[in-house]
Amino acid sequence: MNEAAAISLSSVRFRWPGQRDDTLDIEQLTVRPGERLFVRGPSGSGKTTLLSLIGGVIEPHAGQVSVDGVALDTLRGGARDTFRADRIGFVFQLFNLLPFLGLIDNVLLPCRFSAVRRERAEQLGGSAQAEAQRLLEALKLPVAAQGSRSVTRLSVGQQQRVAVARALIGRPPVIVADEPTSALDAEARDDFLALLFDEVASMGSTLLFVSHDAALAERFDRSVDLQTLNRASALPDAGDMT
Amino acid sequence: MTLLPLAWASLWNRRGTAALVVLSIAMSVALLLSVEKLRRDARSSFANTVSGTDLVIGARSGAIPLLLYSVFRIGSATNNITIDSYERIRARDEVAWTIPLSLGDSHRGYRVLGTDQNYFEHFRHGNDQALRLAQGQRFDDLFDAVLGSEVAAALDYRLDDPIIVSHGTGSVGLMNHDDQPFRVAGILAPTGTPVDRTVHVSLRGIEAMHVDWRSGAPIPGQRTPADTLRERELAPRAVTALLVGLKQRRDVFRVQRAVNEDRAEPLLAVLPGVALQELWNLVGLAARALLIVSVCVVLVGIVNLVSVLGAGLGERRREIAILRACGARAGNIFSLLTLEAGVLALLGILAGLLAHWLAVLVGGPLLQTRFGLVLAPSLPTGSDALLLLAIFAAALLTGALPAWRAYRHSLADGMTVRL
Repeated sequence: MNEAAAISLSSVRFRWPGQRDDTLDIEQLTVRPGERLFVRGPSGSGKTTLLSLIGGVIEPHAGQVSVDGVALDTLRGGARDTFRADRIGFVFQLFNLLPFLGLIDNVLLPCRFSAVRRERAEQLGGSAQAEAQRLLEALKLPVAAQGSRSVTRLSVGQQQRVAVARALIGRPPVIVADEPTSALDAEARDDFLALLFDEVASMGSTLLFVSHDAALAERFDRSVDLQTLNRASALPDAGDMT
Repeated sequence: MTLLPLAWASLWNRRGTAALVVLSIAMSVALLLSVEKLRRDARSSFANTVSGTDLVIGARSGAIPLLLYSVFRIGSATNNITIDSYERIRARDEVAWTIPLSLGDSHRGYRVLGTDQNYFEHFRHGNDQALRLAQGQRFDDLFDAVLGSEVAAALDYRLDDPIIVSHGTGSVGLMNHDDQPFRVAGILAPTGTPVDRTVHVSLRGIEAMHVDWRSGAPIPGQRTPADTLRERELAPRAVTALLVGLKQRRDVFRVQRAVNEDRAEPLLAVLPGVALQELWNLVGLAARALLIVSVCVVLVGIVNLVSVLGAGLGERRREIAILRACGARAGNIFSLLTLEAGVLALLGILAGLLAHWLAVLVGGPLLQTRFGLVLAPSLPTGSDALLLLAIFAAALLTGALPAWRAYRHSLADGMTVRL
């Protein structure tokens, strides 16, 4: 096991309750700090399970998951939640935003649960609000132009960029993106990826990007195929996770 | 407290549904508080009908009928007390004062009570309050009448107006004593008791009305002029009931026994407090039933709260997953949902309290004029506060059910929704 790895999984096995077979069985996966890793995986390859394991929301039945040099099994429930809030920013496929919060408040959501990220956001931007504003502007979403409009009126591409700002606020060492571009058209997807790479690079974070779209792989430092990585996915009853 | 603003924002986003939940809780809380207040005030207004009187004495019947006709002026006496018995009771050493009550006539639906000056002197209601004249004076002349406040207000009587008394106690088809019109000499201040609905005249006045009558009908052709009547002695032959005050309260059981065992005439003496309690046990049953119903209404309100929170849960699994991904603990999700139930319940309780006060403010005067029930706006009592606290606790407790479901979901779902 590499202590310096941003993310590392070794001999990890997981099975959802009520299923007969393992959903995930990974011998070894290591992501170096600052690396941009592309994980290719179609539906049913165990993507969601992999991300939930890295997020510490579920625990493997065997093996070890480490994030930012910390073995997750050394942390207990609440501490794992805090750890996730402190160290990992998430971007999902769709519906990333809370409809009842404003643009800035959506971006600041991790700061509610992580003192570490709130303090770092304050250091970076003067105040957490200013940092959220700066991130949104860097992602070509000027707050002034949006005003106090509800986030539900943003286009999907805009919503995904707000989600990136939220994942990046307070500079977490690891960014995990789960199919963030699958709802975007080609042009919006390219814009989105360019902005994501710029900001991840300027923050110095590690990026784990999961998608079924193999065409994206060439833009990343490295790519792996979850279907070959996950020894359980070859089994017929591997579950139907998206 | 980072969760409260989140809970609030989320509720605000669903403010249409939330408002309905708050409304249903507010209505049920207002109903419960109002019923409880009605029950309490009715009870105290009931218990305050007569005070300072040690014994109520009438012809032998039951304690409740005696109380009903003597104090509440409801129904009529089966028999009278002869003037001999009245004199005998009055002459007893233990007796400080007696108030004779002579009932049986009415004025446009209001009872006419024949009594004497002791009534104004010794009758007490509420917390030992004496009767007070709002206008005019006590009856002095044979044909003077003193009106209760409600009689004067309802029939629009002023001082010196003439009034005609009917024989009997209904309001239609009665013989009018129109040969002997009375005059309004005074009007009493409101008491919130049956006194307000009574026309008071002297005992001699009652006798004077009946001079030219025999067997409940006027004697044809016979009309005694008022001045002749004033010169007559007109001694009453009987009274309907007596209110008795003793010099020392400890004699009450001795006097009661003596009256009940009187060999000359079958009489009944009751302690008004005991009889009132007995009567309330009867009347209060309806009030208790009402209270039970309103508690059920509150339960329905709380079930409504839980079902609305629970029904919204499916749509909110995405929201919960986002919160989890941003670092919310499963426990935070539980707290968030419980907090929402708490906020809704609190708003409902506050709105209910407001609605209750408004109802008392608006409905109070109406109840007083219609039913003589005094409802004063008051701060919630300790038992009200306890009741509200219980409602809040029940809402939180049942609100924990959907919260628990959300908690389970969030553990099972991880950060994404599995549908």
